[in-house]
Amino acid sequence: MATVTLTPTKTPGLYLEATTITPDAFAGKTPAQIAGLEAREGKVPVKLGEFFRVEGAPGKTPAETDILVDGDCTRVKYLGYKMTAGSVTVNGNADMYVGGWMKGGRIHVKGNVHSFCGIAMEGGEILVDGKAENYLGSAYRGDWRGMRGGTIRIRGSAGNDIGTFMLGGTIVVEKDAFIHVSTHAEGGTVIIKGNVEGRVGGQMVKGDIYVLGSIAYMLPGFQKIGQVEKEVDGARVKLDHYIGDLGERHPKSKGKEIYANLFVRAA
Amino acid sequence: MAEILVKNGYVIDPANGIDGDVADVAIRDDRIVESVSSGAKVIDARGKVVMPGALDVHAHVAGPKVNVGRLFRPEDKLFKSPEARPNYRVEMGFSIPSVFKTGYDYARMGYAFVLEAAMPPIHSPHVHEEIHDTPIIDEGALPVFGNNWFVMEYLKNKEIENSAAYVAWLIRATKGFGIKVVNPGGTEAWGWGLNCLKLDDPVPYFDITPAEIITGLMETNEYLGLPHSMHIHQNSLGEPGNYEVTLDSLKLARGVKPRNSFGRTQVMHSTHLQFHSYGGDSWANFESKAKEVMDYVNKQKNITIDLGCVTLDETTTMTADGPFEHHLNALNHLKWANTDVELETAAGVVPYVYDKDIKVCGIQWAIGLELGLLAKDPTRTFITTDHPNAGPFTRYPRVIKWLMSQKAREATLGTFKHRDKVIDATNLHGIDRELTLYEIAQMTRAGPAKALGLSGMYGSLGPGMDANVAVFDLDYRKMPDDPEQIERAFQRALWFVKSGEIVVKDGEITSHGNKRTVWVNPKVKENAQVARDIHEKFAKDYTVNLDNYPVRDYLAPNPLVIDVDVEA
Repeated sequence: MATVTLTPTKTPGLYLEATTITPDAFAGKTPAQIAGLEAREGKVPVKLGEFFRVEGAPGKTPAETDILVDGDCTRVKYLGYKMTAGSVTVNGNADMYVGGWMKGGRIHVKGNVHSFCGIAMEGGEILVDGKAENYLGSAYRGDWRGMRGGTIRIRGSAGNDIGTFMLGGTIVVEKDAFIHVSTHAEGGTVIIKGNVEGRVGGQMVKGDIYVLGSIAYMLPGFQKIGQVEKEVDGARVKLDHYIGDLGERHPKSKGKEIYANLFVRAA
Repeated sequence: MAEILVKNGYVIDPANGIDGDVADVAIRDDRIVESVSSGAKVIDARGKVVMPGALDVHAHVAGPKVNVGRLFRPEDKLFKSPEARPNYRVEMGFSIPSVFKTGYDYARMGYAFVLEAAMPPIHSPHVHEEIHDTPIIDEGALPVFGNNWFVMEYLKNKEIENSAAYVAWLIRATKGFGIKVVNPGGTEAWGWGLNCLKLDDPVPYFDITPAEIITGLMETNEYLGLPHSMHIHQNSLGEPGNYEVTLDSLKLARGVKPRNSFGRTQVMHSTHLQFHSYGGDSWANFESKAKEVMDYVNKQKNITIDLGCVTLDETTTMTADGPFEHHLNALNHLKWANTDVELETAAGVVPYVYDKDIKVCGIQWAIGLELGLLAKDPTRTFITTDHPNAGPFTRYPRVIKWLMSQKAREATLGTFKHRDKVIDATNLHGIDRELTLYEIAQMTRAGPAKALGLSGMYGSLGPGMDANVAVFDLDYRKMPDDPEQIERAFQRALWFVKSGEIVVKDGEITSHGNKRTVWVNPKVKENAQVARDIHEKFAKDYTVNLDNYPVRDYLAPNPLVIDVDVEA
């Protein structure tokens, strides 16, 4: 593996839309070519080199390319946008759309991420050591095709609208979440290890949600059908099993209606 | 005085019987003329095809339902919008493009006139505002009448004269172009949770049938002598087995004579016929009845049709056929928007993905093309996609490619997951007809111009016509072996001169042109009863005051008004 190190040299005045900070865009290029890749600051086309010092060399292919952004990216959007392989590591915070439309590879943000992290993600892994804001692993606004695959793990808490229109993959939030979890989802798994305020699984058709803390306000569309003991993210827990959303349509398999499952830690 | 000479192109101008003659087209100001001075700007069209500007008889390009589509489908813009460029207004979206992209894309394809296919009368100010903001192309809009309370009450009592007086008033008030009918009776019936899927299904409360509405509005249209005929989206759209209802509706035109001074010879324009040519009684045994429908259309000279070709894209359906959109939403579970428009109509919007690997979509694709290939008279058969319902209008070049090349059709068919099942359920695989450039020009120029009653201005290169001239990168004598080149040529005109101004060069927009709003002004004698009825209904049932209803002149600042003097 070959590592390219980007060191921030200037804080963008407006937010920097760096859709080119991906192993796919870097692979096979010289540091000078990488510094010449285009990004946008607002509507103005800029070069990566205006904001980062580029050192090291990428591999021949995206899979052989690791990118280390050695510093804060609080004002940088779209890190790892549409990437298919390789890795991106950020030693600091990142702004919106980290790993948006990502298909493969790994992203590790050692600080916090803003909203839309892993939006419409299809594969790969995102790990965030801090917290995430809203729309974690959700669909693009208006779209009914949300996250399809891959894994997102947030070590901290997350905001609202997690896994909206989710179709597959896994989202793990190790602390609390606010409202709207797996709204309209038709697949996938969301694990919230802390507490959730409410609106969990609204209009959910299929898929699984695990809440290992408590839900302050349950939706009326979920019905408790029993208790189960399951292994969730490496620990065995006793869970109340709910199905829903009973107000939504549900597909049939072998004559039986398929519901979404909501598991909440039993009291 | 601006002069342009389009020199030495292969001219294809079916209105004047010209098929590929090498000739010059002379333009002075906004008109085509016999000749120009030696100082004229010369466009070298040697080895290229020269056609009149095209006309679109049916597209949903402006108004509230188009805007609902734009608002509730932000994902239609995602990854599909070109970046902003100098001298261009913002181009956005794919199936529901921004007004600017709409104007630009039509101009790039050499279109001069587009008819917005369904204007809800009370929202006509909005329709005109969008039309005004759509650059370059001339546009008109058809107000919808098929579920209008006034019309249903007059026609129930067979009061054609009153119906005509009301229709004339409404066309004037909305700056409309003619009479559109959408799911006659069915949209109103839906207010009661019902529909009219057959021609004798009565409309609740009004106690009138779709057949009576269709016949009555055809008679109303000919009483007024409007440029265009009654323009109908028939009942039972999109239902397996609906071809029988379609044939029954088409038969209502039998014996009805066109009466107008615009050279129009049809009394019924049956739109997006693809959606109405279905056999079978479920999606499982769904099949094409294009042949049965076209056999009838071919014989019946007073009917025109447009295709409504499915283009196998992700698109946005929108129609005044409220119950249909509800039905569609139950099939695909995507988003659904719906509205009831007071005494006039309703509308619904639902996104739809025509997936080539779904059998039904493949059959729908084949049916649209079959209609075009089975047509005996291309001047009565027009290319549309019922934009954006069966696909965006920007796919017309692709439809032309399929119609002109069996190789292209087979190549597309070959990509289908259910190719053999699609072949079994359709006629397309056995049709080797390939339309010529002349026939394509009949379907997109001469034909629609005549059917719209606009053949005195558009669709021809004769002297005195509006100077709308398109040059395409095709060699008439040596058409390309690769059908993709046909699509590319029609997607981006080399030159397009609209109303005497060069608006496109090498597929790029060079000017925002001289956009006009075309509307019809039917003058009928005073009708005291209808005037009283209008006042009464506005006082009693409408949410707006009558004085606030008509479209103000400032909303159509560049009008092209067609006066129609109705003889009593």
